[in-house]
Amino acid sequence: MKNNTILEVKNLSKLFGKNKKAALEMAKGGSNKVEIEKKLGVTVAVNDVSFKVERGKFFVLIGLSGSGKSTVVRCLNLLQKPTSGDILFEGRSILDFNKKELLDYRRTKVAMVFQSFGLMSHRNVLENVAYGLEIRGIKKDERESEARELINMVGLEGWEEKSISQLSGGMRQRVGIARALANDPDILLMDEPFSALDPLVRQDMQFELLSLQKKLNKTIVFITHDINEAFKLGDRVAIMNEGKIIQIDTPENMAANPANEYVESFISSADKGQIYSVKHIMQTPLCMLQPKDGANRALKLMRDNGVSSAYVVGEKLELIGILTLEDAIKVKKGEMSLNNAIIREILTTKEDTLISDLLSVAATAKYPIAVIDNENHLKGIVSKAAVISSLV
Amino acid sequence: MPDWFIRFPSEINVDITGPIDRAIDYMVRQWDPFFDGITKILRSFLNGIEYIVDRIPWWLLIVLVFIVTWRVSKKIGKSILYSLLLFLIGAMGLWPMMNITLTLIIASVIISILIGFPAGIIASSSERFNSILRPLLDTMQTMPSFVYLIPSVMLLGLGKVPAVIATTVYAIPPLIRLTSHGIRQVDKEVVEAATAFGSTKWQSLIKVKIPQAMPTIMTGVNQTIMMAISMVVTCSMIGVTGLGQEVIHSINKLEAGRGFAAGISIVIIAIIIDRLTQGIVKKGESRIEE
Repeated sequence: MKNNTILEVKNLSKLFGKNKKAALEMAKGGSNKVEIEKKLGVTVAVNDVSFKVERGKFFVLIGLSGSGKSTVVRCLNLLQKPTSGDILFEGRSILDFNKKELLDYRRTKVAMVFQSFGLMSHRNVLENVAYGLEIRGIKKDERESEARELINMVGLEGWEEKSISQLSGGMRQRVGIARALANDPDILLMDEPFSALDPLVRQDMQFELLSLQKKLNKTIVFITHDINEAFKLGDRVAIMNEGKIIQIDTPENMAANPANEYVESFISSADKGQIYSVKHIMQTPLCMLQPKDGANRALKLMRDNGVSSAYVVGEKLELIGILTLEDAIKVKKGEMSLNNAIIREILTTKEDTLISDLLSVAATAKYPIAVIDNENHLKGIVSKAAVISSLV
Repeated sequence: MPDWFIRFPSEINVDITGPIDRAIDYMVRQWDPFFDGITKILRSFLNGIEYIVDRIPWWLLIVLVFIVTWRVSKKIGKSILYSLLLFLIGAMGLWPMMNITLTLIIASVIISILIGFPAGIIASSSERFNSILRPLLDTMQTMPSFVYLIPSVMLLGLGKVPAVIATTVYAIPPLIRLTSHGIRQVDKEVVEAATAFGSTKWQSLIKVKIPQAMPTIMTGVNQTIMMAISMVVTCSMIGVTGLGQEVIHSINKLEAGRGFAAGISIVIIAIIIDRLTQGIVKKGESRIEE
């Protein structure tokens, strides 16, 4: 199998202060952050951190302020120089890059989005988005048409010539994201990009970021202190405390098996609906039939299983609709044809939909919700009761 | 109680006057060609500026002040007032004097910018350079200007050239300080963004740091101009003609009216230049600030 790791961080440490060598020894000897700071006056921001990021995946680093997460992400494009350890981009150490290679790496491979946006207020929206292209020496009309495209993509068309001071927070971060995407980087580094935004805008931005990522297939390293945000966005989540990574896992596994009390207390602050997705609560449909089975067989199946409706599927389990008990009896009496009796407009959902997103739909559903995959194959069903009981 | 306990003992005696005298003496004698060169360069620079200033028609300058005031303030009353004030200088018969004074100010400010702007940029990035520079700037600003006016006359002769140097020494510190300060206080994330997108040091300086610091730098330029204007009278002590000399003459002859006329002219020049440069600063600030 092809090696899919785009970024690998190996035993990364970053210390601030004078006597780094001694402090590094102390850290290796197992002393904690507070002891080292007291004894040597050296701050251990990042302590022996290792992780891998796979291409096209959404990797989230979560921790409280001072946990070292921002320092880690700043090491990934060498805004901060690691004290020890290594960072491999596509298998090559970025610490070995010469000046030109480092510039190329920053210009075309990684781009960064900042918490307070980091926009240049002396430039308008268009000039901000085009900045990365400009410093690469790309011609004015070429970079501006590229920038316009990205401005449209983040939904800011018509704002190209506006100054940054005229934009709201959410719009500013859209500019930040467009600017980062302008260079078509492989990796997006996002340092708490939505923390400065109000909750409603934040939710919109999270959703849009996810769809952008799916569309453009970017690798994202995302920093946050909000566990809900981490679980909503992350394919994998690393939780940091005092410069160390405590656990790296998928949100589901982390919620199910927290490594220690710290992780547990972190997760307990999360809204469960944000962690669990449909696949955790879906059931195998008891009653499935094919159109050719006929009304008699349908009635027998429903009776045997004690249910009042059955899912009608094609030969390869592709979902066609629902047949209710009442309609099946009517078909048997000859009052309607089986084909007309199948209810085709039914609610469906996907396996990875978060339960919190399904809640309002489930409340109004008459029948269990069908879980399908991208090819419309029936994978399971989710009952209203299952949705609601998963939240308590 | 012994006497030395209260009074500073006269036995302790460090003599720096002798060595400094000798050093200047030595420089006057040995480095004459060097200072001659400087004098020649500065004199032709000054003559060039004077040539231009002298050939600006008086009405054009008044119209220019009107237009620029209108553009930065959008107030018609202000524009008319400043034009009238400038007209008043001419009406008092001081227009030629004003031209000489303006020449001196413009020359000093140009030299201050040429030296001070790069120095400020270096100071913003080098802690070491900054720590050497700071006491030097403090000295330049607080040392009474006569102290170095006299040696510069010894080295460069009487007239405009030592005056320009003395004015520059006195006027340059705020520009250096504010350039350095302005660049240092550019938002950290903005500078990080410039680096993260792959700017070279030069690119992030030219495209991000300097434009972001421009309002602060322009405040420095404004202060430098104001301090240059305040040196006008001092410089007339070493034989510079112009408005400053008018003031000195009238004091010597006890002609209060003549003194006031020249004094008011200096004030008018100061006010007009100050308001106009501040207006430009404010315009820049409103563009950059959020």
